[in-house]
Amino acid sequence: MVAGLGHLASARVSTTLLAAFFASLVECVEALTVVLAVGSVRGWRSALAGAATALGVLAAIVAVLGRALTRIPLQGLARIPFHMVQLVLGAMILLFGMRWLRKAILRSAGLVPLHDEQIAFAKEQELVRKKAAPTNEASARDLLQWDKFAFSATFNITMLEGTEVVFIVIAFGASGAGLLLPASLGAVAALLVVAALGFTLHRPLARIPENTLKFLVGVLLTAFGTFWVGEGVGLAWPIPAPANPDFAILFLTAAYLGVALCLVPICRMQARVVAEGK
Amino acid sequence: MLLRKGSKVRWLKSIVREILGLFVDDESFAAAILVWVAVAGLGLPRFASAAHWTGPLLFTGLALILIESVVRFARRRTK
Repeated sequence: MVAGLGHLASARVSTTLLAAFFASLVECVEALTVVLAVGSVRGWRSALAGAATALGVLAAIVAVLGRALTRIPLQGLARIPFHMVQLVLGAMILLFGMRWLRKAILRSAGLVPLHDEQIAFAKEQELVRKKAAPTNEASARDLLQWDKFAFSATFNITMLEGTEVVFIVIAFGASGAGLLLPASLGAVAALLVVAALGFTLHRPLARIPENTLKFLVGVLLTAFGTFWVGEGVGLAWPIPAPANPDFAILFLTAAYLGVALCLVPICRMQARVVAEGK
Repeated sequence: MLLRKGSKVRWLKSIVREILGLFVDDESFAAAILVWVAVAGLGLPRFASAAHWTGPLLFTGLALILIESVVRFARRRTK
């Protein structure tokens, strides 16, 4: 029995770690594309400093939010009831996850173009050149001084994509006691992998199947969000009494995956029918 | 960093827009999710006789919202 519970716990830890890793990987790849584009045009010092500063700010946010989240259920003195936290966080995770899932379905059906890192990289480089085309004098000065444009561009993109990673870590990490650490480790591992690949290759990571990852992570986030909202408003799941109610997440994941996979061909067919009827 | 009042407002607006963008792509889709969560939260716990099925009902509503939004997009996109 104890061994069984141990297996369940380690399965949850590894699932949380992997889910956070793959979800964060997508965001890190998108941020890397912009950092590479800005760095290659405007110089690396300010571009990397902007990204590093944003990572420091995000680490502080995770530390503060993580500590608050892990304390709320434990402290009877907490003023906010835990079910309210579950409901608010669950609704946010649900909005975030369903948005990802909807977009991934539309991309898989060919109704929205797939995100191509090579194209995004070229576009970003062009944009950086147009917005802040340096003269020869300015480029010489930029080598000696901080480049505010490069710093703010990489700071902004790292903060934006990083905020999404923070939500992912909270979504997966706050769903059970002791899961925030594996979720954070998954996100940090994704960051290190993408940073190492970017440092080695010096070009965007176009071969990572971003939409497939977004599809799967969207399913997982939607399942987690639905479970949290249900727990927050006091709904029940048809799980037999001795089993852990958390098993509902597995069924929700399978059900959402089934719905999403069915929707892809339906959308393709729908688009074809409308096009033929023109 | 010293920012002028106008640029401060623009900066704050862009931050709010970016944060909202994390959750909202299609306004009617996001609104439908929130309305269903509110309806489920207020109405479903009253079904004491079928309490175990209140969770799956929440899922069913959300799945229907996803299906409607995606199919509507497919129709609109190809018209």
